Parts: sequence; C-alpha cells; structure tokens
Amino acid sequence: MRELVILSGKGGTGKTSITAAFASLAQNMILCDADVDAADLHLILNPDFKKTMEFKGGHQAVTNKALCTQCGRCIEVCRFGAVRDTFEIDPIDCEGCGVCVDLCPEKAIDFPETVCGKWYISDTRFGPMVHARLGIAQENSGKLVSLIRGEAKKLAAKNNLDLILTDGPPGIGCPVIASIGQATAILIVAEPTVSGIHDMERVGQLSKHFNIPAMICINKYDLNPEQTQKIEDLAQKANITVAGRVSFDQTFTEAMIKAKTIFEYNHDSQASREVRQIWNNILSLPAFNSPVTQILKHL
Amino acid sequence: MIISVASGKGGTGKTTVSTNLALSIGQGVQLFDCDVEEPNVHLFLHPAIYKKEPVIAPVPKIDLAKCIFCKKCMDICRFGALAVLKKDVLVFENLCHSCGGCFEICPENAVLEKERSLGDIEHGTVNGISFIHGRLSIGQVMVPPIIKKIRSYTDPDLITIIDAPPGTSCPVIAAMNKADFILLVTEPTPFGLHDLKLAVETVKILNIPCGLVINRVGIGNDAVNQYAKNENIPVLMEIPFDKKIAQLYSRGEMIIEKMPEYKDRFLNLFKKIVGLVEKKEDKK
Repeated sequence: MRELVILSGKGGTGKTSITAAFASLAQNMILCDADVDAADLHLILNPDFKKTMEFKGGHQAVTNKALCTQCGRCIEVCRFGAVRDTFEIDPIDCEGCGVCVDLCPEKAIDFPETVCGKWYISDTRFGPMVHARLGIAQENSGKLVSLIRGEAKKLAAKNNLDLILTDGPPGIGCPVIASIGQATAILIVAEPTVSGIHDMERVGQLSKHFNIPAMICINKYDLNPEQTQKIEDLAQKANITVAGRVSFDQTFTEAMIKAKTIFEYNHDSQASREVRQIWNNILSLPAFNSPVTQILKHL
Repeated sequence: MIISVASGKGGTGKTTVSTNLALSIGQGVQLFDCDVEEPNVHLFLHPAIYKKEPVIAPVPKIDLAKCIFCKKCMDICRFGALAVLKKDVLVFENLCHSCGGCFEICPENAVLEKERSLGDIEHGTVNGISFIHGRLSIGQVMVPPIIKKIRSYTDPDLITIIDAPPGTSCPVIAAMNKADFILLVTEPTPFGLHDLKLAVETVKILNIPCGLVINRVGIGNDAVNQYAKNENIPVLMEIPFDKKIAQLYSRGEMIIEKMPEYKDRFLNLFKKIVGLVEKKEDKK
C-alpha cells in the first residue's frame, strides 16, 4: 500500500484543489483529509457520511469548589498559568497534564475526559474518505491526524485499495509531523513567491529529517518565472524531483465554487492538462515504484 | 492595544495585511510574527536583527543513582514521555509537554530538569517598528511556548500587531488569546468562507471583537459578504484581486511602497479598528 501526502508549509498554495484533482485521476484509492483544523476537501467531494465517531483526545482539569480549601498548591504546580486567583481553571490555558489533579491535597480537582472533535468515514464519487473535525480551540490535532491515517490504512487494507491520498495541514509542526510518518512520499505544492519558497524549504528539511522522499509541484508557476526557476534550482540541489508546473488558472476557483474538481469542471483546461501530466509523473517516480513498494503491491 | 491578524485558512493574506498595516502606522508599533512554523514577515520587511535567543523548555533527566524505580513519574505523566523499567528509565523527549509533574512527584529528587531547545526568537527593528519573530526547530512540535515567549515582550504603551498562524487549534489560540481585537483575513471562495466560519467560532469562544478584511475580491463569489452581513461582522477593508499585487507579493515587495494609495487605506483600517475597540471598552 502506498501513501502520498500533499503538503506545502505555507497555506493556500493549492494543496486541497490539487488533492481533489488527483482524486479524479487515481484508481483504487482512499482519501484522507489530515488538515483537521480547517478541513476543506469535503467542500469539493461532497461526502456521504457513513460513520461518525467521537474523538476523545484529552482531559480537562475542573475545580470542585465544595472540596477546595484554597491552599494554592494547584497555582504553585501549574506551569501553564491556567489556575485563576479564584482557584478555577481556565479551560483555554489548561494543557490537560493533570499535575494539579494528582497533587491537590484535598483531591478537589476533577479530570473529565473531553471530546476534542469528531471523525468520519464517508463515501465519495471517487472512493471512500476518512476525515475529521477538531473541536474549536482544542489541542491534540496530531493525535487526531494519527488516528484518521490509521483508520484510512485499515479501511484500505480491508477493501484492497492500494493508494492513500492524504491532504495534509499547513506548517511543519505537530499535525504535519503526524501526517507524514511512514508515508511513501510527500508532494510539496509550492508557489513561486519569496514566502512560498521559504516555507517549501522548511518542509523539505522536515522530510529529510524524517527520511521521507519528497517531490515538488510548482503551482501558479507563471506568476513569477524567476522564482519558479529558483524553486527548480533549489530542488535540484536538494535532490528533490520536480513533478511539474501548474499555471495560474482561474479554473481552480471556478471549479471550487461549483464543488467540482478541475477535471469535472473542464477536463481540457490548461491546468487540467498540466495536473494530469504531474499525476503520471508521480506514478512513474522511483519513490512510488521502489522494489519494496512493488512487492508489497503484490502481497 | 493588541491586534491579532488571523484567518483559519492559510494563504489568505495575513502577512500582507499585518506588514502593510504595521508599516502604514510606523512609529509606536511592535510587530510579532507568531506563525513560528512558517514565519514570513521578515521576508517582506527585512528588519535589522540585533538579538537572538533560544526558547527552552525543560525535559526530565533521571539520576539513576537516586532512582528507586517507583514509577510515580511514569504514572503522573499523561503524555507517555517516561517509561520506568526494572533498572532504567526511558525519556521520550518529543512527547514531553514540560508540565513538571515528574519533578514534583519524585520522592527521591531523582528527576532533574534538562534544557531542550524548541526553537528561537529574534528581535529586530525596521522603520521605527520593533519586530520579533519565532522559529520552531525542524522536528519539534511545541509551538505555544514559542508564541508565549514572543508575546512576553508585549509593551502596553505600544500598538502590538500579531501575525497569527493559520488554523483553529492551540497555536492560533496562543496568538489570539487576550488580544483587544482580531482582524480576520479571508478570500471570497468556498474554502475561504468555510474556514472563516471556523475562525469566527474561535473568536467567539475567546470573546474578542473582530472585523474582516476580504482579500482578492473578484476571484470568487459574494457568499463571504452575505455571511458577514448575517453574522453582523464588520467588513473593514476589501482588497481587489489584482495580478499586480500578487506579483508584488511574489517578489517580497510591500503594497504600500509600490502602490502608495494603499497607505491611506491601511491607516483607515487602523482607525476603524481603534473605533471598534473603544466602543467595546465603553460598553464595559
């Protein structure tokens, strides 16, 4: 089983639009939306929700006023400054570490489990999809990402699907690290801007740090041909394959408004032709066809 | 006054708005780039950096000579960062949240605090603006302590503008919490609207007044304006979709420098924010 994770570092470079476009082209595939903070893939794929599960990712300390003697031990031990002068605990500042719960001499702090979000198994017109919604202002996004990637893997194995297409979150932190562990390859969607290049380089370093092969696709390449050239030079230096370039094409936004992939909206637009070429390039890349991957495919 | 510039969706123009706003006001502003996973402000403002400092968080180090292997440290740790074996204790530093539970609970004082670097912050100046940004080290996951460290330099006599990270989870909360105003930057597309709704819910939980900047007006539809109207969220500025602006951005250039007519528009945005913050304070 192979997994391609689409990342970018910088937000808004086109991860989700390109993932949706790939979904149009891929065979025998399951989708996973790992941007659990602000998931958008469902807006194009209009999933039919089959199963909804609660994600219980943590605990929250709550003072039991009837038992509290206001000794101040909790204020002393909390390193997150979450205990107010009233000995109540600020749910936003609380890290869920439970240190105050264990060290309160009166056992006056409760520690209920919190529902941090929901996750779903759905059907889409391109295949099954596992996705999630982290509760607003919740922690543990990394745990939720790990959970849905694990579920996608299980579902793929059960249904004999040999490709997982994962739409990743922006950044390089906790949810991103959780979305790339053991992936077959990463595709970095980069844009030819100074910030796009800066952020792409940080994701490139992350992929190297975790030893996962990376490829680059340059979106809106014609916005700034000089910066596009710079991306290609950097990629060559870092030994990263450039899977292709995509033009600055309004088709992406027009298709998004109609809740369609760019192929469904106009299969012969400039961007459609370019994305099709990129998809074929990815499928023929060594990272996707290493002997190990080939053997696993036939097991 | 603290203004946090946030969005939900990435790539809507937070950095464009926060840098142009800060530069328009000029003197008396501190600009904090709190998108520590992918900080970009410095690429546009090129501040002169005069100081760099690491952001440190403690992790446990076990003194095996004192350890009696009672497992109390392992039991108090909710993050699975400690495993007590028969004659050894394993510490998984990347899982540690630096809560200090193991140091507190150890009856033998066998848990020592070791420093771990999460990343660093840099101080600089540009055009009379004082600038600080943070950078998470590659492979590290603890973002909020870096944001908190940056924000510990907040000067109440200045106007603090925070460039927040995208999303709605803990890093965003760390960049929005206790701000006086949240400026939400969005784009008029289905993705922009969907993520804007999530950002508005976040702002509501924090109970901070907010307003909207709609960027790239013309690329999508007017559903964002409809939503803002229904929810009573003021639209404070609209920036048209203009390939010239996109190209300026791609080269790391500032809108107000290349298109000076925008300076007044950003100052006007600032006046509107001040008005809304004062209105909220009057109500109190």
